[in-house]
Amino acid sequence: MEKKLTTPITDEQIKTLKVGDEVLISGYIYTGRDAAHKNMIESIKRNEPLPFDVKDQVIYYVGPTPAKENQIIGSCGPTSSYRMDKYSPYLMEKGLKVMIGKGDRSIEFNQVVKKYQGLYLLAIGGIGAKLSQCVVENTLIAYPELQSEAIRRLKVIDFPAIVAIDFEGNSIFTK
Amino acid sequence: MYKVERKTIIESVKGMLLESVKTLHKEVLDAFENARENERNPLAKNILDKILENHEIANSKDIPLCQDTGIVVCFLEIGRELYFDYDLDEAINVGVSQAYIEGYLRKSIVRHPLNRINTMDNTPAVIHHEFIPGNKLIIHIAPKGGGSENMSTLKMLSPSEGREGLIQFVLDTITKGGGRPCPPLIVGVGIGGNFEKCAWLAKKAILRPLGDITENPVDRELEVELMERINKLDVGPMGLGGDATCIGVKVNSFPCHIASLPVAVNLQCHSARKSEVTLIGKEINHTNN
Repeated sequence: MEKKLTTPITDEQIKTLKVGDEVLISGYIYTGRDAAHKNMIESIKRNEPLPFDVKDQVIYYVGPTPAKENQIIGSCGPTSSYRMDKYSPYLMEKGLKVMIGKGDRSIEFNQVVKKYQGLYLLAIGGIGAKLSQCVVENTLIAYPELQSEAIRRLKVIDFPAIVAIDFEGNSIFTK
Repeated sequence: MYKVERKTIIESVKGMLLESVKTLHKEVLDAFENARENERNPLAKNILDKILENHEIANSKDIPLCQDTGIVVCFLEIGRELYFDYDLDEAINVGVSQAYIEGYLRKSIVRHPLNRINTMDNTPAVIHHEFIPGNKLIIHIAPKGGGSENMSTLKMLSPSEGREGLIQFVLDTITKGGGRPCPPLIVGVGIGGNFEKCAWLAKKAILRPLGDITENPVDRELEVELMERINKLDVGPMGLGGDATCIGVKVNSFPCHIASLPVAVNLQCHSARKSEVTLIGKEINHTNN
């Protein structure tokens, strides 16, 4: 039975979740992948504000296909998360709680998630058509020049994911 | 002499890409159905259900199967009797550009690997050329995802490592890849030739039909054994464990140097999108010699 997870994320919600739990996420989440992360981390290093307040928020590693005129969003499945490993600690330091992507992360990353009491969730890769059906709102909020890699705020309803690293640093990949 | 019109090539490339990003071949879908039937891990079975459901949604709602609509790989088999008075590669790229812009596909190509400025129309495609007898032009095309490409490997083995060394290298590639290349996979293995030839063989291998049986008995045995051993690794769909790690293994080989045993492993994610067309050249009169 899936557990419901509503954004913004609270510590109480996080502490009820263990590795392997299936969750359904509802509320606002933010898209961001390689290039957007690079930009955000450069902003942090220059002490400049981020395009959105990451505190208690969820970042989804995705670069969707463009929406057609009658669509909210195009295909929008997860990209591989390991490429964000060196960027994520900066964002978690600023309060980011949850990351959604596909595949494993570095072994050290388990401890990063534990340190900041966050969550790493897996979405199933290659099912972007199905996942697009959970998105009810899609707003471009930063870096339009990055095209598919721009940051978007998505409103999702019952977006399915699996807990891959929990707040205690347990990982589904190192069980 | 025979000719295939530039316009025909552009239209064919565009049409194949638009269709392939939302529709998998029946043999691939059958393989997933079969994997789902035989899967003993409940989470893996659930993921296989979702992969099949995704295909239905992609088809009925005209949404790409995957947001990564790939880098376009194209293998051309060019009839020797064909005559071209235009740039064939340019025509392919015009078809690619039209498909990605008009079809709302993701533009995933950057102009330079370090500057990383998007080309905005997903060109250029990676194009390989071969000559064949006759007056046909066969175009094989695949929008190839970055995730599975990133987990592909190449190694120049020592001949002393032999068949078992080669098998271990393939198995290591699959294990290390885990969920990143989006299993269940089609695994293309290229053996022999030299450094670039084995990569080319591996890429060609993933484009072979799943039901295609190689004539070479050594390669055929290797395909069967690799398939069995890969599916015992418990990598499973999305790397979360299970019986279905791959739905096909294709091995292509070529003679090689006495000092070498080159091997390349090209991984195809479960969104195994590809298409092919055979265009017949029309006879042209050349009266003004």
